[in-house]
Amino acid sequence: MSDPLLTRKEQMVVMAARLLRPAERVLVGVGLPNLAANLAKRVHAPDLVLIYESGILDANPKSLPLSIGDPVLVRDALATIPMLELFSNYLQTGWIDVGFLGGAQVDCRGNLNSTVIGPYEHPVRRLAGSGGAADIASCARRLILMLPQDLRHFPPRVDFVTSPGHPPEGRRPDGQGPAWVVTDRGLYDFDDEGRMRLRQLHPDETVATVQKATGWPLAVHPDVHHWAPPTDAEHEALRRLVSTTPVDRQASA
Amino acid sequence: MTAVEWLSVSEAVARYIEDGQVLYLAGFTHLIPFAFGHEIIRQHKRGLTLCRATPDLLYEQMLAGQVADKVVFSYAGNPGVGLLPVFRRAVETGAVAIEEWTHFEMVARLAAGAAGVPFWPVNTLDNDLSRRRARPRVASPFTGELVPVVPPLAPDVTLLHAHAADEEGNIYVDGLLGEMREAALAARRVLVSVETCEPARDLRAGRLTLLLPAFRVASVSVEPWGAHPSYVLGRYDRDTLFYREWDAQARQEVAVDAWLQEFVYGVADRAEYVRQLPAGRLRTLKEAALI
Repeated sequence: MSDPLLTRKEQMVVMAARLLRPAERVLVGVGLPNLAANLAKRVHAPDLVLIYESGILDANPKSLPLSIGDPVLVRDALATIPMLELFSNYLQTGWIDVGFLGGAQVDCRGNLNSTVIGPYEHPVRRLAGSGGAADIASCARRLILMLPQDLRHFPPRVDFVTSPGHPPEGRRPDGQGPAWVVTDRGLYDFDDEGRMRLRQLHPDETVATVQKATGWPLAVHPDVHHWAPPTDAEHEALRRLVSTTPVDRQASA
Repeated sequence: MTAVEWLSVSEAVARYIEDGQVLYLAGFTHLIPFAFGHEIIRQHKRGLTLCRATPDLLYEQMLAGQVADKVVFSYAGNPGVGLLPVFRRAVETGAVAIEEWTHFEMVARLAAGAAGVPFWPVNTLDNDLSRRRARPRVASPFTGELVPVVPPLAPDVTLLHAHAADEEGNIYVDGLLGEMREAALAARRVLVSVETCEPARDLRAGRLTLLLPAFRVASVSVEPWGAHPSYVLGRYDRDTLFYREWDAQARQEVAVDAWLQEFVYGVADRAEYVRQLPAGRLRTLKEAALI
């Protein structure tokens, strides 16, 4: 059994943080990716370069930012630059190592939907839309996707392709595109044909239980195994990070 | 050179904003011109096309105030909190038309508008947004390479909030610029509100940078707290509690109407709005900005 003190969401954040390597330049999306990137910087990759689409280069936030344009991100950053400069001169030209995105739906090619549930013209649920996600998915050297896993989030087909994944005929020819998907049930990579493939499992899951939460027949790596649970250091750093959200500080002020 | 006009926010909106215009209220998370937005609601402008990369709470409130027919945008979320309930209702019921882009496409459109060129190349891969509008490609006359292009965005008026103006109306800011400069330079007319007016010699010796020269600015309004609940780096912090509370409140239309009644229609101007806010809240935001 896994540590009951760690929620599934927390384990997921720890697993995602582990995928980031020291000194990489990471373009960080809002929500869980933001939490995971900030955790990695506090645990094993203090020289991780956090870049935010609002135009922040090398953020060193003292506490967890709520939004991607928070003052806490700006204060100790190397620089703030116009969005146009960030998107055209850094992202489009290949200077971003890792794009780190969340979304509402993902399919087996790593196509990500963060635009709409239901038809575009008559939405059942209108979501936020691309922001920089489609641009980041197009141009980052590799992509990490993060979202909870159930039949709603892992449908056979996404309702809308906001951020393109691997093409139907195989992996992206430029070697870029989705590299990892992290969920609350498991960790996935992509095989040579560009199909999402189960690599690691949450300690409470089996291949069969994860298959039930997936809207297509899962590809499974021959060496699939349970992931190593979060260490005390990871756990402690995550709890400390979460306790510093700006809302908590403001509400208690 | 035409001199900048020093107007109140109310005078500037009355003089320059007309029904049916295309407006860009600039500022990415930072320096969002809420004072201008509220004044546009108070003056019952109608039929506007509102452009912003991130509609944010500002366009929530302006949609609730029924000033717009159409929103041009790239990310309609409440960052770190969730979605925009008023925007969602308006889109799901078809009450407002939308035109949607990616962030890069949006800032590239502004760059084309600011540079006065007919298109701007953007190498983002095809997705369902670009497929829906059959995004055109242009062949490079030099290499023959095909590049996707987006059209210019040139608003009738761009409105923005900044840290300071000098006596001549040159505009200075610090921190995140987002898409502010391109949005301003893409517009024929720019209306600016500022926290303070300060002597040019102090501003030029300090850490603020020039956002716009006075000759690109039609009017300047001195409007302290003009960006609340967003923030002005070094002056006051982002009111994240406000952003969180809006999420719950805005799910009910009647709660939004009550909020507009109290904080927009029920006050004459920004100074009165500020007096309605809890005093402790403002003090906290000011202190947090100085850390």
